[in-house]
Amino acid sequence: MSMGLLRLLRGKKASAPVARERLQILLAHERGMRGQPDLLGVLREEILAVVSRHVTLDPTKVIVRLERGDEVSTLEVDIEVPNDFERKRVAVA
Amino acid sequence: MSKVLVVTSGKGGVGKTTTTAALGAALAQRGDKVVVVDFDVGLRNLDLVMGAERRVVFDLINVVQGVAKLPQALIRDKRLENLWLLPASQTRDKDALTEEGVGKVIDDLRGRFDWVICDSPAGIERGASMAMRFADEAVIVTNPEVSSVRDSDRIIGMLDSKTVRAEKGERVEKHILITRYDASRAARGEMLTIDDILEILATPLLGIIPESQDVLKASNVGTPVTLSNADGAPARAYMDAAKRLCGENVTMHVPAERRGLMDRLLRRRAA
Repeated sequence: MSMGLLRLLRGKKASAPVARERLQILLAHERGMRGQPDLLGVLREEILAVVSRHVTLDPTKVIVRLERGDEVSTLEVDIEVPNDFERKRVAVA
Repeated sequence: MSKVLVVTSGKGGVGKTTTTAALGAALAQRGDKVVVVDFDVGLRNLDLVMGAERRVVFDLINVVQGVAKLPQALIRDKRLENLWLLPASQTRDKDALTEEGVGKVIDDLRGRFDWVICDSPAGIERGASMAMRFADEAVIVTNPEVSSVRDSDRIIGMLDSKTVRAEKGERVEKHILITRYDASRAARGEMLTIDDILEILATPLLGIIPESQDVLKASNVGTPVTLSNADGAPARAYMDAAKRLCGENVTMHVPAERRGLMDRLLRRRAA
């Protein structure tokens, strides 16, 4: 009662309920992942292995992003491939 | 019967060492024979908080490696005759903590003490996993703050899977100890509530230690807070926690806000 009143008087929104909700969502996810292989890590390794069979990769030019949503998650792998790599391949062959 | 208790948290700076010293002293004040063991190899501090930093000769790793015998490394507290400290090494590598070696030391300590309290380092690396490895019970020190609660959850997962008890299909009895609880911030809705924390971590509460100057003052002078200001709120909260560890049923006291005049006037007018 007094908690709500104080907040009302100060016109501020309490941050604790936000903390609680963020934690509940995060921990539900983390508990599910415990003991499981790191899916993101496995995908990154395997995708990069496939690509590097054909192109010499600069590890600093590879960006992997993950966005976790409620329904689906997206994994974004951004690989910078130099423009002259096709020519190099031909030259090597 | 002897009990091995780990004081752990995952996150650093939440009050593990303060809690180890305070609970150790509180249990010793009740008459039990207690040893507090520092597992923070390379960054030992329990000796300092206990006021024994100038009396360290041998340490846990010396004992694990057989360089020193256990009685040589144990330091007796100057205030409480049934409280002892086994310090960590300041110089050696934490890889020196082998599971076999630590297991032998813990077994030896079990034979000599009622309580073996292991002060875990922060993190989830070797020192932390060795500190919890042989535990019968665990005190998970948690601050009312998101990162601390997340790390506590992770540590609870480790206690349920990586301890000797867990591997034998037994349970490590777990307790949450909330430290640095600020009643006025809780009243303003700025801090996770006790109920929020307990619901999220699904683990019973051992006690609530209020944020207090007493705690800093105690570590400044190297005295466990239950001895330095026995009448203060943190000392009483730690004494109650120690009673609960011994199986006593003590009413939980949630620290209340000390209201200012304005708050009181506002409240009265609203009522």
